[in-house]
Order: sequence, then structure tokens, then C-alpha cells
Amino acid sequence: MTDAMSRRDFLKKSTVVVAGVLVPVAAFEILSPARVQALKTDDAVRWAFLVDTYKCVGCGFCVKACKLENEVPYDANASRTWVERYVLTKDGGFHADSPKAARDGFTDSRVDLNESGQLSIKPEEIDKAFFVPKLCNQCDKPPCVQVCPVGATFKAPDGVVLVDRTWCIGCGYCIMACPYGARFFHPVYHTAEKCTFCYHRITKGLSPACVQACPFGARQIGNLNDPNDPVAEAITNERVGVLRKEYGTRPQVFYIGLDREVR
Amino acid sequence: MIPGELWTLKDLFVLPNEYIYWSIQIVMYPFMTGLVAGSFVLSSLYHVFGIKQLKGIASFALVLCFALLPAAMLPLLMHLQNPLRGINVMMTPHFTSAIAAFGVVFSTYFAIVASELWFLYRGHFVEQSVSLKKRPHKTLIEWLFYLIFTALTLGSFDITEPARHKDEKAIRVLATAGIPVALFLHGYAGFIFGSVKANALWMTPLMPVIFIMSAVVSGIALCMLAYIVTMEIRKLLVFLARREQPQTHVVERREEIKSVEISVIKMTSRYLLFFLVFAISLELLDLIFRGYTGIASWDVLSTVLFGKDFVKVFVLQYGLGMFVPLILLLIPGLTIRRTIVGVTLVLFGVFMMRWNVVIGGQAFSLTLAGYMEYVLPVIPHSVETFREGVAGALTVLAFPFVLFYFYAKIFPVFGSSESR
Repeated sequence: MTDAMSRRDFLKKSTVVVAGVLVPVAAFEILSPARVQALKTDDAVRWAFLVDTYKCVGCGFCVKACKLENEVPYDANASRTWVERYVLTKDGGFHADSPKAARDGFTDSRVDLNESGQLSIKPEEIDKAFFVPKLCNQCDKPPCVQVCPVGATFKAPDGVVLVDRTWCIGCGYCIMACPYGARFFHPVYHTAEKCTFCYHRITKGLSPACVQACPFGARQIGNLNDPNDPVAEAITNERVGVLRKEYGTRPQVFYIGLDREVR
Repeated sequence: MIPGELWTLKDLFVLPNEYIYWSIQIVMYPFMTGLVAGSFVLSSLYHVFGIKQLKGIASFALVLCFALLPAAMLPLLMHLQNPLRGINVMMTPHFTSAIAAFGVVFSTYFAIVASELWFLYRGHFVEQSVSLKKRPHKTLIEWLFYLIFTALTLGSFDITEPARHKDEKAIRVLATAGIPVALFLHGYAGFIFGSVKANALWMTPLMPVIFIMSAVVSGIALCMLAYIVTMEIRKLLVFLARREQPQTHVVERREEIKSVEISVIKMTSRYLLFFLVFAISLELLDLIFRGYTGIASWDVLSTVLFGKDFVKVFVLQYGLGMFVPLILLLIPGLTIRRTIVGVTLVLFGVFMMRWNVVIGGQAFSLTLAGYMEYVLPVIPHSVETFREGVAGALTVLAFPFVLFYFYAKIFPVFGSSESR
């Protein structure tokens, strides 16, 4: 039969067909289930935090409220949020502390140097002194989520990084990976513990405990995706800074009045 | 109390949540993994590259490697805050994490070592099984061994020349495939540390390579030490046998064992030296590079390296653990006694290197303005101080040798002349 296709022709033609089919197919993307889920979710909310360091007086109400709200044992020497005090002296000296995570406020003018004891600084020697509240930065590129070997910690679609206490194995890799020291082991559950922006509250329309407890409005939470949100507006229009930008984590806690000495 | 708080002393400005969370078990983990990888590489030098002089130590090293394998997993398990959930790593591995690869790499490696051992000792299993079967009145122990050996043959009783030839081919393939896996197993242990960008001491792309080199060094050193110890025991046994029955035909003479021993040790020590020089160069390169570039974290790093941890880093790790054994092994006319001192120091040096990386990396705060000191729990007075203290570390260290004792009953580690 003369019109029968030879083997060579068959291979040639099928190669063309396969290549022709593959070109448009290559435009498709293989989506991971997590990504599909993320695409399906309403991205109307992206939580962000604004800290105005000028307003912080170091009373520690935020830490107290956080511990009580989130069941981190009151006397445990770790906390989801804390306040740091910085004292810069005229001789170029740098001193900072956060005794008991500032749970009881800074009632002592001496700087707590841990093993090195307490340091008294005369008021006239001080150049500047200020307080910096700290909490989880709910990074856009969280290194803690990247390193979790079991996927027990994850970023929610609204940007908050959460920990599944029922799945965390307690290896501590996330604690090591966090450049902000935001994580610790929960003394009761023995799982990784961190600030969640009080996820159980914000998802119900309430403010986080620390925001509510702050008497001076130094702490605020808002939705970056809402142009009318006052916090989002402040972050967009004011001069704000973030902590440790060099790590490429894209922190979502923004600071007004961030000093170069803040660690 | 926060886990980790018990053994952490803070000085100056340290963040409230910072503690030494990774303690001695995380020092033990890369140390034991390193021994696994190193002993495998040593055995592969014979099986793959056909370095005949290493024949005596090659199969020994492989059995030791198999004994060390479960021990490499133990410190991780003991360190976990929720050890019963350890299996989650296998169930939901999160592959962006370096630790998640553990399950896959470890299982692959385990399978490779186990099958290589099987091909290596298949003939022995068959011989033992057949000879025990023929024995008319078996004791209970003999029955047990008969069952074990018969099970270990996996029903393959063909030990004719072509079959043995196929075994050898399989061993070569497995040993070759095993080298990259062994290096990967340890390289990723280095990656676990090297990729932590938050830690100024750990973060360097050199970390996996440094870890691999020191792993090979420690693995070879341990094989040499264990080899010498077992050879000395054999010499002692021969000596005792001769004293009891001078007329008996003991198969070996002490001098014979001794000459085999020293030639194997001399050959192996050359490979040890080769890798040791590599390890020293890489570690010094890393140190010099950090000092030269002097980025922000160098201020605090240098106070740790040259101040607080000077003895641990420069005296114990570099001095006693690297340069002293380097000189000891380089001096001509190597003796067994000098080798024992040398390889013990090498093992100690590699342990100190792990210590200085893991604990040293947590010796300073994220603020770069404070320090943390690790107070190693010596006397266990609670589960936590046992797990993450001296007692836990010694348990991990002893475990592979207990296993090895039982393995040696099944695998003829010391060649055919060893009578069970």
C-alpha cells in the first residue's frame, strides 16, 4: 500500500503534534493545593501593626494584658510581646534592657544587665532614652514557616503567622530562624509559641489585647488592603520603619520614630 | 519554666524570649551523623575505588556505620519537646525545611547501607545457615542463630561463583550510590545551620562543606580507634589462649595480627590526614573571611571567639583537636600508641567543633549586645536535665557500641578466622 505512512513519517509527524500540543500546555502552571487555597481566599484583609514609639511610656500594660489573654503563664520568663528600654549616654554608651519582658513596667531607673547586675545612669549623662514595644512581625516572608519541618506553623491568608499546637514537634528550628526573638517554647504545651495579633480576637472584629490595654495608643492594628483604614493610611503616608530589613523577611509591624540603635 | 531557661545564663542585653534552646543533643546530632557519613566513606574507598590496603577496615567500617545510623537519629528524638510526634516529619514533611529532608535522606541511606551489608555478608549467612542446619543436636542458642541466619539469607542460598560475582557488582553499585547520599546526609546537617540567616555565626554557605569534611575526618578516626581496640582485644585473647593451652593450634599469632594492624592503620591515617588538612583549611578560611569582611555582627562574634570562647575554639578545637593530631600523625614511624592518642584527639576536636558551632552560635544575643552562657546539666535530677545533659549525651554515645556488640555476633566483622 503506497499511501501507508512510513515509520519515519509517523515519528516525524507525531513529534510535530506533540511539540505543538506541549507549547500551549507549558503555559499552564502546576498549582500546589496551598496556592489554590490562597487564590480562592478573599484577600480583602492583610493585617498590619503600627507602633508609635513616641507614645510608649513603658508601663507594660500591653505585656500584662497579652499574658492574661493568651494564657502564657504570668511568671514565665518569656512573652509574646515585650517592651525594650534604650538608654544612650553622652559618652556614646548604649544600654538596653527588658526586665521580665517589661511585664511590670519600667519602675526602676537602673538598667537591668542580667548577670552583670544593675546599672545606674545619672540623668544628666543621658543623651536620649526611649521605649520600643516588640511583637511578632508577621513577616510576609516568614523564615519560621520556611524552616518548620512538619508544616505546623503557617501563614494564614490574611498574613498572620500561626502555630498548630497539635502538630508542632518542638524541634525549635523556628525559634532559631526568627531574627526577632519573637518565638519561644510554651512552658505548658512544649510547642512553639508566638504572637498571633490575638487572632481569636481580630477575626471577630475585636482589637488585640495589647492594643486595647495600651493607655496611650502606641499600638494600633489595621488592614493594609483597606485604603480607608487609618493604620493603613498612616503606614502609607507617614515615615515608618521596620525592624531588621536586611533579613528580607518583609515585616508587617511598622514603627514610627525608630532609632538607629534599636536592635 | 521555659524549656531552655534552666541552663541559660544571660548577660547584658538579651531579648526576653532568648534561651539556649539547642543544647548538647544538637551537638551530638551532627557529631553522630558525621561518624556515620565518615565511616561509610571509608568503607567505600575500598569497595568503589578498590584501595586494597583498606580491605581489612572496610567491612568493619560498614558494620560500624550501620550501628551508628540509629544513633544519629536518637539525639534529635531526645531533643524534641514532643518526642512522640517525631514521626510527623515523615507524615507531613514540609520540604522548604532542611530538617524535613531528614526522613527521606535517612531512610534512603539506611536502605543503602543495609542492602550493601546484605550483599557483603550474604555468603556468610548462607554458610552459617547450612552448617547449623546440618548440626544434629542443636542447643537453644544454635537454634536461635540458625533461625536468624536463615531469615537473613532471604531465601537466597546460591553462593556459586557467578552469584558471588553478582554480589560484588551490587556492592560496588551500592557503595558508589551511597557516597553522594552519605555526603548529602551530612551536608544537609550543615545546611540546617548554615541556612539560618538570623544567626550570625551559622550563616555561611561554607557550613555544609565544613561539616562534610569534619564528618569524614571524625568517621575515619572512629573507625581507626574501634579497629585498634578490637585488634588489641584479639591479641589479648590469643595471648590468654596460648597461656592456658600452649600446645593448641591457635589460628593466629600475635605478631601476625600486629603487622596487619599497623599496616592498615598506616594506610588509613594517610586518608585521615588528607581530610584533616581540608577541614582545617576550610574552617580557617571561614574565620579569616569573617574577620576580613568584618560585617556588623563581627564585633560581637569576635568577642565570643577571642574572648569568652577562646579556650574552647582555639585551644581545644584548633590546637588540641586539629594541629596536635596533625603533627602526631605526620611524624614518621607511626606507632599504634601514637595513633590512639592522635585519633582520640581528632574525635575530641570534631566534637568541640560541633560544640562551638551549636552552642557558640547561641552564645550571643540577636541584639548583638548581649551574651548567653550554657550551663551543661551534669547530674540528671529531672527528665529534662537527663535528656539535655551529660547523661543523655553519654547514652547517645554508648548506644552504637552496644548495637555493634550484637552486630558483631551476626556479621563476621574481623574476617573468617574469627571463631564465634
